[in-house]
Amino acid sequence: MNASNIIVPIMSEVYAKGHKPEYLYWVGCAGAYDFRYKKVARAFVKILNYLNIDFAVLGTEETCTGDPARRAGNELLYQMQAMQNIETFKRYEVKKIITTCPHCFNILKNEYPDLGSNCEVYHYTELIQLWINEKKLPTAQNHQSFCTYHDPCYLGRANRIYEQPRTILRAMGYDIREMSRNKSFALCCGAGGAQFFKESEPGNKEIYVMRTEQALETHTKNIVTSCPFCITMLSDGIKSFNMEEEIKVKDIAEIIVETLGI
Amino acid sequence: MTTSQMVFIITLILTIVAFSITLYRLYCFFKLTQKHSVSNWGKRIGLVLKIALGQTKIFRFPFAGLLHAITFWGFLVILFGSIEMVIDGVFGMHKSLSFLGGLYRIIMGFGDIFAFLICIAVIIFIIRRITHTVKRFDGAEMKHKNHADALLALTLILLLMISLLGMNYSESILNKHTPYPISRLLTVLFPACKCQAHHFYTIFWWIHIELIFVFANILPYSKHFHIFTSIPNVFLSRLEPLGKLNTMESITHELQLMMNPDLTSNISEPLVIKRFGVKDVEDVTWKTYLDSLACTQCGRCTSVCPASQTGKKLSPRKLLMDLRYRMNEKAPKLLKEPEFNDDKSYLGNYISLEEIWACTLCNACAQECPVNIYHPQIIIDLRRYLVLEEGKAQGGLQAVFANIENNGAPWPYSQAERLNWINA
Repeated sequence: MNASNIIVPIMSEVYAKGHKPEYLYWVGCAGAYDFRYKKVARAFVKILNYLNIDFAVLGTEETCTGDPARRAGNELLYQMQAMQNIETFKRYEVKKIITTCPHCFNILKNEYPDLGSNCEVYHYTELIQLWINEKKLPTAQNHQSFCTYHDPCYLGRANRIYEQPRTILRAMGYDIREMSRNKSFALCCGAGGAQFFKESEPGNKEIYVMRTEQALETHTKNIVTSCPFCITMLSDGIKSFNMEEEIKVKDIAEIIVETLGI
Repeated sequence: MTTSQMVFIITLILTIVAFSITLYRLYCFFKLTQKHSVSNWGKRIGLVLKIALGQTKIFRFPFAGLLHAITFWGFLVILFGSIEMVIDGVFGMHKSLSFLGGLYRIIMGFGDIFAFLICIAVIIFIIRRITHTVKRFDGAEMKHKNHADALLALTLILLLMISLLGMNYSESILNKHTPYPISRLLTVLFPACKCQAHHFYTIFWWIHIELIFVFANILPYSKHFHIFTSIPNVFLSRLEPLGKLNTMESITHELQLMMNPDLTSNISEPLVIKRFGVKDVEDVTWKTYLDSLACTQCGRCTSVCPASQTGKKLSPRKLLMDLRYRMNEKAPKLLKEPEFNDDKSYLGNYISLEEIWACTLCNACAQECPVNIYHPQIIIDLRRYLVLEEGKAQGGLQAVFANIENNGAPWPYSQAERLNWINA
């Protein structure tokens, strides 16, 4: 499918023509439906197109990984979703999967193998760092500015991906001003464990407000992260301080597209 | 056999018997719990070297971490002297391991330095406890008895170290060539007559060894049981990434039967599932129970928990403390009467729904725990019981389940719209 300057091959169409794409891009529910995060999915595809990466998406055949169900205790629903998805992977002989969402990444990489999946799973920051190292993707010509990077729990603590996002940001000309709690010490945005989909329990503060305060302490204009749910939570945090005009919450994929003008 | 030898042997036997009874009681408790398999033994040795001996996780809080590491490494060195004291006591010998020569002098010398450093560390620990300067030592679950427990253990450690230094000091008065740098300095600062030193040495020797025996038997009933349980707990802890939850094989099994009913006839031994998830203590695995015995109530987990920090009721530390309390309450009765039921359970009477649903599964607690406890296991097991057995999920989540089932997404959007993002 070719629309508004991005090319998104659909797995069923490509496969029917006898081609097996190198990667499956797992878009995830946020990429498909979330108004804000659709832009990130599109930015990421721009990068894939720019690099001529051989990929496809499942499109209407993609369904929930089962992550929110599993983390809310519904193991039955999770396993049903997982078995269905694993069947789809087998049908299209999928070998490598790229995700933009850390939650999809974690569940596909760490949890699906228990149910028979044997795909290599990458978070896009891992591959982009690799492509930068291989000089496939150019780096920034000029120094941009500085930003702070919020570690998504399911990329950071859960899978120890701390350096790749930072390396990419530096390659894009950004200095990183770390929050007081960063990397393995990072505070959750408040969305994990299916919290995103429910009201929070009574307390004296919202978690996303606390994390936003920590980001504001760095006096940055750019809060960068690499998770759809973190983007929503931190954007809400910025709105609660009425600072959405001055301070932007962005995904790494958007930073790359902006910087390289692709 | 001398009288003192006999007294020593009797107290040693009493200590071993009392300790064995405690261990047997715990063994019976463990037998009530569920199975959990452990593999990859080689990797586990590395884990112990790094996290236990290297104290890498405790150093994430640098100041308290350093004080703890000194105490821990000191204990390891001093343990050598304690073993010698037991040999001496049983066989009526004096300095039975001194045949090791230079090495012996080095170990005993470091033991002396560590005894002094541990005294300083423990005094700082006591002051921090008494003055309430450390926020993580407080919280709803931290009752008076928990603080008393901590202070008792700290006092015992302090007395152990003072008596050890007393021994070394008395010995250094009698003999100027002892290997003890600190104690020899003490003899210069506080000179004493040789005539009394011999008696002092004997008194300190007995105080030290008997305190060890007392300490060993108090520990299993205290939070300081971690002195015994933390290294095994690290050794047996998870090797998977923090983000990976365990797969419920019972569910996989049910699903396979649903999709392929013919399988039923092939199964010789049907899988007996007592309960999905965890409601009470007998539903947890032995590893989760060991976690509760290894918990030192240090509160590092709670201090980094996003829910706790924003005033919510959840405290990861409480999950472990309550598990241990509930086991102490229920297990003895369950052992007498397998069908015992007091209409109470860990879920509900100890841990409320409000606590369980406040967790973001961010893994900050597990990342921080110095003894590698995996708190999210308890949260997910309790949620699994609620959802799978009682069909209870916090408000919005029921809708999420329905959406995933019907549209393949947590939101109520049609699957046909999955590609709309391309044109957005």
